[in-house]
Amino acid sequence: MTTTTVPTTAALALGDDALVLSHRLGEWAGHAPVLEEEVALANIALDLLGQARVLLSLVGDEDELAYLREERAFTNLQLVEQPNGDFAHTIARQLYFSTYQHLLYAELAAGDGPFAPLAAKAVKEVAYHRDHAEQWTLRLGDGTDIGHERMQRACEALWRFTAEMFQPVQGLEADLPGMESAWLESVGDILRRATLTVPEGPRSGAWTAGAGRQGLHTEPFGLMLAEMQHLHRSHPGASW
Amino acid sequence: MATAAAHDTARTQADEARDGADSTVGDTAAYERAFDSAVAADERIEPRDWMPDAYRATLVRQIAQHAHSEIIGMQPEANWITRAPSLRRKAILMAKVQDEAGHGLYLYSAAETLGTSRDELLDKLHTGRQKYSSIFNYPTLTWADVGAIGWLVDGAAITNQVPLCRCSYGPYARAMVRICKEESFHQRQGYELLLALSRGTPEQHAMAQDAVNRWWWPSLMMFGPPDDESAHSAQSMAWKIKRHSNDELRQRFVDICVPQAESLGLTLPDPDLKWNEERGHHDFGPIDWTEFWDVLKGNGPCNEQRITQRRQAHEEGAWVRESAAAYAAKRTNGTTETGAPRA
Repeated sequence: MTTTTVPTTAALALGDDALVLSHRLGEWAGHAPVLEEEVALANIALDLLGQARVLLSLVGDEDELAYLREERAFTNLQLVEQPNGDFAHTIARQLYFSTYQHLLYAELAAGDGPFAPLAAKAVKEVAYHRDHAEQWTLRLGDGTDIGHERMQRACEALWRFTAEMFQPVQGLEADLPGMESAWLESVGDILRRATLTVPEGPRSGAWTAGAGRQGLHTEPFGLMLAEMQHLHRSHPGASW
Repeated sequence: MATAAAHDTARTQADEARDGADSTVGDTAAYERAFDSAVAADERIEPRDWMPDAYRATLVRQIAQHAHSEIIGMQPEANWITRAPSLRRKAILMAKVQDEAGHGLYLYSAAETLGTSRDELLDKLHTGRQKYSSIFNYPTLTWADVGAIGWLVDGAAITNQVPLCRCSYGPYARAMVRICKEESFHQRQGYELLLALSRGTPEQHAMAQDAVNRWWWPSLMMFGPPDDESAHSAQSMAWKIKRHSNDELRQRFVDICVPQAESLGLTLPDPDLKWNEERGHHDFGPIDWTEFWDVLKGNGPCNEQRITQRRQAHEEGAWVRESAAAYAAKRTNGTTETGAPRA
């Protein structure tokens, strides 16, 4: 039994990342700067929600896990729970996360671990997400002065959430610490091509590293969960 | 009748008139005859064909209003994306709202074939010079409203739109074929959502009934004013933009909904609703046209909120669009090398 079981901690961590970021992108519906982005952001949100549903279902009932766990039991990265901010913040978050996800899923897909089949499908979606984020980083960074300023500010603001992506996750057969240099190189290359400066600040919050994976979140996350879970929790045991 | 040939001739003449700037082909009467016979023969009018100015203006108005409705219509449903009670429902709702943005895009493209632009149309929406469907000025107050919108609002839209697949203007008709396929899918999902609630706990059942009570009459109003008060109907039917009158379509919709409500285990909030053996249709109670005109004039529960949100999204997104345009211009002009440091 134990040999074929999917590592719960790892499945939850990856599933929570996808679930939470999908939710944040869903908040854009009806607010995007151009109609094509209504389609694109919803598309990415749907891909991520699909990944979350597969990953959470490996662990248990997807709805129980999404709607009945409290904040301290979620193990998503703090990066993905950050509020959308302006479009540049959303794009910076997408750039950082999709680059990470692309490296991770490519490695998992190449192996023969329990996540290989899921990763083989997800890596194609994630390549599209990464391309979308890259294109927008270039357009905002190397477009107008206002675009450049906002994109630079967004990259700085989210920089301190980027180190936690490379904290080892129990049961995840991927060399996360080893992935960090590839991530830095890839993101750095895109930022430079976008005429942006690679941020120099610390890459983690001072008080703890990898906190999201330990269930320690930032304040906006509780509010997000309150909204997400409210209806489900108001009707215990109901099916929808 | 050799209408196809006449139509082709008109098309050729129109092309020639356009090419030779001072040629005096301008026999408008001949164009009109060719147009009329093409319409009579159920041929499609295409963007390069001659068409009466009023036909063009009517289509621009109708297609734009249709596109605006898709875009504003995202709001009442998007209102529930972050609160959807299961991941499956959340995925369905996200996909639906995404489809609506896509429908808006098809429709703006169809309108652009008539010589307008998306920017111009959006500007008219934002400044209140063009309308959108009055239904989207009602609020979504509970999760069941998402189901009621799918079942009733999309149901009414489909009843209205299926005949548009045979509309005389080709680009609009083709957009409608694609849109109607997706709309019927949404409609079934809405119905299925309500069915799950209706068969769920007593609280869920009550939520479903309450939503149907609130959305039923506004849905009937989607077919527009009664035939004797509908300003554009006669001309649109003559041009085969419209195929059936407002009242005919409304009756068809009521007849479809009654048995569906029964199988849902929900009631429709109309004490006068009953089968009329003689007419072979359901009779139904009077519609509150005062409310309809009020909502249309901007006094509905959400008119202000909807248009403010749309305007805000557009205004707050201006810097993004400008930056994208500036980036594209640099690539075209070759003034900035990729990766070059900023001056």
